[in-house]
Amino acid sequence: MEPVSAINGRAIPFGRKNVDTDVIIPAEWLKTISREGLGQGAFEAVRAEPGNVFDDPEFAGAPILIAGDNFGCGSSREHAAWALLDLGIKAVVAPSFSDIFASNAFKNGILTVTLPQENIDRLMEVAQTDPLQIDLDSQMVTTQFQDRFHFEIDPFRKQCLAEGLDEVGLTLARDNAISAYETRAATQMPWLSKGTEIAA
Amino acid sequence: MASKPRTLYDKIWDAHVVETRDDGTSLVFIDRHLVHEVTSPQAFEALRLAGRKVRRPDLTLAVPDHNLPTTARLDANGKRIPIADPQSAAQLAALEANAPAFGIRYIDASAAEQGIVHVVGPEQGFSLPGATIVCGDSHTAAHGGVGALAFGIGTSEVEHVLATQTLLLKRSKTMEVVVEGLLGPGVTAKDLILHIIGVVGTAGGTGHVIEYRGRVFEEMSVEGRLTVCNMSIEAGARAGLIAPDDTTFAYLKGRPLSPTGNDWDAAVNWWRSLATDPGAQFDKSVTIDASAVQPTVTWGTSPEDVVPVGGVVPDPASFADPSKQAAAQKSIEYMGLTPGQAMCDVSVQNIFIGSCTNSRIEDLRAAADVLRGRHKADNVKWAIVVPGSGLVKMQAEEEGLDKIFTDAGFEWREPGCSACLGMNPDKVPPGERCASTSNRNFVGRQGPGARTHLMSPAMAAAAAVTGRIADVRELT
Repeated sequence: MEPVSAINGRAIPFGRKNVDTDVIIPAEWLKTISREGLGQGAFEAVRAEPGNVFDDPEFAGAPILIAGDNFGCGSSREHAAWALLDLGIKAVVAPSFSDIFASNAFKNGILTVTLPQENIDRLMEVAQTDPLQIDLDSQMVTTQFQDRFHFEIDPFRKQCLAEGLDEVGLTLARDNAISAYETRAATQMPWLSKGTEIAA
Repeated sequence: MASKPRTLYDKIWDAHVVETRDDGTSLVFIDRHLVHEVTSPQAFEALRLAGRKVRRPDLTLAVPDHNLPTTARLDANGKRIPIADPQSAAQLAALEANAPAFGIRYIDASAAEQGIVHVVGPEQGFSLPGATIVCGDSHTAAHGGVGALAFGIGTSEVEHVLATQTLLLKRSKTMEVVVEGLLGPGVTAKDLILHIIGVVGTAGGTGHVIEYRGRVFEEMSVEGRLTVCNMSIEAGARAGLIAPDDTTFAYLKGRPLSPTGNDWDAAVNWWRSLATDPGAQFDKSVTIDASAVQPTVTWGTSPEDVVPVGGVVPDPASFADPSKQAAAQKSIEYMGLTPGQAMCDVSVQNIFIGSCTNSRIEDLRAAADVLRGRHKADNVKWAIVVPGSGLVKMQAEEEGLDKIFTDAGFEWREPGCSACLGMNPDKVPPGERCASTSNRNFVGRQGPGARTHLMSPAMAAAAAVTGRIADVRELT
């Protein structure tokens, strides 16, 4: 994963609430065995609406998406995160995110910035004409005006993003601890250690 | 010193922590990993590229479900019928190749044990109380119905579990949904969970694990509990739980992968200790009056858009929140409805009985009870039943349910996810309505432009017979 530091640029003022992952990427697009090219199917139904923000040349190549409450609810498909990446989105700013989407975004180096609705309203306004700046280190969203909005982020996620850490690699380094757990569990809950081998 | 009272969630969590980091993130051991074709190919590819192997293939089970057509899979000579869609075929072939390449047991598409992962897990005894269970699918929450801590994960997490058999997680907050009293006649587990989602809201459970509590769940079958927990994600909760009890143990005993002998006795002893201790604290609590729950349907494009079947399409102006007003307006337009319209006046052209929410034997019996001796209405163009697994299908055929369905004008299909998400060829045409026993009524979920009304199997059968949304209690 590439390290994340600052994300500066135009933001797509989408603003809609309860955007589900079927809206972000419909099931028809999940037949791929690759992570690439999903931007074509991203927000398919929204893009069928005349005057939608995604096809507005004003926001072409914008690295930030602004959305409403509960962004990414529904399915666990990581294709939603891959589709955003393919569109060039590096950060999503919203009042809240679904748990699974937030996790998927994080694993792909997409920053999910949670801010109160009033801040979102202000950013939606600024985004119409001007860029936003998001800084991970200081945990701040700023505009060229007076806006300075601080956001919270889990310290572990922040470190992984800032350093571009490979989580699987990190955990594999804890092999001894996992093995110790497995030995303990095999004694205490032997039936759980048997899985698909029980009938063999 | 007496230890602090703990919830069911706390007890399962505590038993699975490998280690906790200073920042509060824990490495949590995963007991069971279900893998299907859609969310796994990129994970296997990443393992291959990094030269990594699957740590515990014995705790992993692979089964195809999302992409499979639900038409016949073998020809008269027992030869496999090729899958027409080349992308679907390639994705299914990838799972079939990846599973043995990484030493994972694979259930073939034509095997009797094949089915929707969330039906297969409990049915095989792979899903057990007190276990941590994951799958690259948000409806993994279903397995909470046997008292397992089960939740959906993305593909990067699938890769993480394959490589390490663990996940890095933060402890969730806990929420109890206490249901007081019992359900009235003709009101089912599906109606109850739709009602609960209406109360909690689609984001109400975000960051929480829900425990469903109350006599109604104690008296509910395991099938019903799986239905309830399945839709926890529709209330924003990654997992739902119901305490395991004698009903759970009776359901699991003797299943192919259930523990046996001394293991079984030790397991039951531990399972009995898992129930939430008296006095344990939840972060959030919601109380529901079971007697107020009616057969329930959805009118909009979010699972929280529910109304009793006797109700009407709401007026967007009736919502206090302006953004909810706008969303309701949009939903009503998409659904082709009018504010104030009686739900029972809404005609349907398609019926789907299936999905990981409602495709178990009890669901098929409930629908068949309504359809026995009846036929679908003329305006219903397409009605299909998709059993949750090959074993459910065989059981239903032994009971003669398939005959009841086909006599009523339904198609009797092979197991899979089917029209729940319209990935395989089973789709609802644009602008048409579907009475569906599935879990999501999102825009385009059952096919581009499709209009979904979620309901119970008995209610979907009633809709088939009348050609409109109907109160099943008035039919029987």
